[in-house]
Amino acid sequence: MAAVNFPRALRDGVLGAVVAAALALPMMGFRLVDSSQALTLGFRFDWVLWAALVVGIGRFVLSLSRDALPGRLPVLALPNWGERFPKARLYVGWGLAGFAIALPFLPFADRSLVDKATLVLIYVMLGWGLNIVVGLAGLLDLGFVAFYAVGAYSYALLATKLDLSFWLCLPLAGLFAAGFGVALGFPVLRLRGDYLAIVTLGFGEIIRVILQNWQDFTNGPAGISAIPRPTLFGLTFTANAPAGKTTFADYFGLDFSGDHRVIFLYFVILALALFTNLFTLRIRRLPIGRAWEALREDEIACRSLGLNPTTIKLSAFATGAMFAGFAGSFFATRQGFISPESFTFIESAVILAIVVLGGMGSQIGVVLAALLLVGLPEWFRELQQYRMLAFGGAMVLIMLWKPSGLLSHRAPTIRLGKEKAA
Amino acid sequence: MEYFLQQLINGLTLGAIYGLIAIGYTMVYGIIRMINFAHGEIYMLGAFISLIAFLTATTIGGTSVALGLILALMSTMILTALWGWAVERVAYRPLRNAPKLAPLISAIGMSIVLQNFSQLTQGARVKPLPPLFKGGIEILRGDSFTVSLSYLQMVIIALTVALMAVFTWIITRTSLGRAQRATEQDMKMAALLGVNTDRIISATFVMGATLAAVAGLMVTLYYGVIDFYIGFLAGIKAFTAAVLGGIGSLPGAMLGGLLIGLIEAFWSGYFSIEYKDVAAFSILVLVLLFRPTGLLGRPEVEKI
Repeated sequence: MAAVNFPRALRDGVLGAVVAAALALPMMGFRLVDSSQALTLGFRFDWVLWAALVVGIGRFVLSLSRDALPGRLPVLALPNWGERFPKARLYVGWGLAGFAIALPFLPFADRSLVDKATLVLIYVMLGWGLNIVVGLAGLLDLGFVAFYAVGAYSYALLATKLDLSFWLCLPLAGLFAAGFGVALGFPVLRLRGDYLAIVTLGFGEIIRVILQNWQDFTNGPAGISAIPRPTLFGLTFTANAPAGKTTFADYFGLDFSGDHRVIFLYFVILALALFTNLFTLRIRRLPIGRAWEALREDEIACRSLGLNPTTIKLSAFATGAMFAGFAGSFFATRQGFISPESFTFIESAVILAIVVLGGMGSQIGVVLAALLLVGLPEWFRELQQYRMLAFGGAMVLIMLWKPSGLLSHRAPTIRLGKEKAA
Repeated sequence: MEYFLQQLINGLTLGAIYGLIAIGYTMVYGIIRMINFAHGEIYMLGAFISLIAFLTATTIGGTSVALGLILALMSTMILTALWGWAVERVAYRPLRNAPKLAPLISAIGMSIVLQNFSQLTQGARVKPLPPLFKGGIEILRGDSFTVSLSYLQMVIIALTVALMAVFTWIITRTSLGRAQRATEQDMKMAALLGVNTDRIISATFVMGATLAAVAGLMVTLYYGVIDFYIGFLAGIKAFTAAVLGGIGSLPGAMLGGLLIGLIEAFWSGYFSIEYKDVAAFSILVLVLLFRPTGLLGRPEVEKI
């Protein structure tokens, strides 16, 4: 154990306090007051003092603890479990799936909990979809929300204008989103790394701007409302059946309750998400899935072995986009109302953060990260303004704490040599 | 013709501002291969700090607008540079050897933090500032349209040219610039040869933030309104500019910025103002199709 260097810690603390004071001085010390005549200044220098104190003491403690505790703290041993018990992931996965299925029937599950779980599951599904693009194929996509938006608008427009049912629109929406993925991917996928990132980011913005300004088609910023709800084999979830339809409650001889629809929607997204997961797990064992992972590891080697990088990237891009399209049409039917405001860059950032924080390529990691980033803040809705501040802060802190994600899993699915693939 | 000239002037002014922000992106990318997502927010902080500094200077120092502006410029540059330094120190330096996407997520997180921090401390409402520079000169008087160049536009363009000259001098002629170029080419080798690479990277962030601060001040004066959200769009436009010009290249960033500014001005002048962002991104995609490393970027050498 290293000796505690007290003077140095003190110096660090004082320095930190001075810097914090200088940082806080303009933004916290002054306040722009917008009175009717002109902009004037208000003062609150006590805030600066507090900021300096907090940072100074924090830095001092951090400096001391770094001396006292050499090396990194052994935190969250989950990744090691995976190596020690190879089946652990499988059991945890099945356990989680079982819990998710049982959730609406558990005694503590009320309507708002199921609703929140539905929201988390949407992000889990989006995360799994993006995981194919980022985690498996190694393509950085900052505009994933564009495909989500395409899916949502596809369903909303098809349902409100052509009166098609949710179950027919769902595959169509996925198809449209995949089509957009191919259309975008075809010209840009030969770009490398960060160039691809900015082009996808630009594409996401383009889609949003078009949705916002194409009044005749998308109804602009006002969005589309009165989007039909899905039915269960023709059974509706309303109090009174529309002409020629039966309600779910009547058919099964139950008393009508709004909870039925909430639970039904929960199961729809759960099924969609599990389908995404199953698809990903299986496709990793197919040649195309292996090609994705191979491409992520070494593009040049892939090319020399006769794989066509463009086709492979395109398929990953389109597959990811398709799942975003599914999730989008579910989002539209759940909300009953969509507008371009739901599809801003911050959504793309959240989805990407879920994938990266979870540990790229890890399916369970995505679930954990989605619970952390989407589920947890839902419980702190009262804190409104501070919520996003804490959200951003959490992203930074988790990254600093575990740079390769909560559950890092980058091992190839198959391996030659000692560990023989089954 | 007159209208064309006017849009050209407006586009150049806008482009100068984008170019200044783009330099911050391109320098950071060149040296640590990372998209500094929080850079747009640094620019936003620069705009706020400049407004606060200007109001403080006029409150203390009396009525001279010019003196107030110079004081505001100086203090904004220093205080914003400190923010740039702090962001790097807290959110990026610990991730120097982390997987490639870790700093990106950390940067996006930092960007969210800074945006909400400004919203919390300064309020969500748009902050207006009455125009300080009035007047300008008429360049060309047409039949129906008069082309004018305002004093403010002149100041913006002149200041941008001056800053570009200073920065080119720093990069090409000083020992700091030499160390920066060395770190950019090969960080490990530079470190072996006695360059304090951490300090050089910090200096890069400080320089980028200083330029963003100037851009923030210019925008405050030019548009007269700022809010906590201006950093996002300006940030992605400037990053687009950096990529367009060839990321890692300083003249490329300025060229890209000017191009994006001109495209926006002409597009909103002749076609529709709603789709100006679409135009900027479409041009980017087109350019990247034919020159995958941007206009002035060096082609990447693939090492096996």
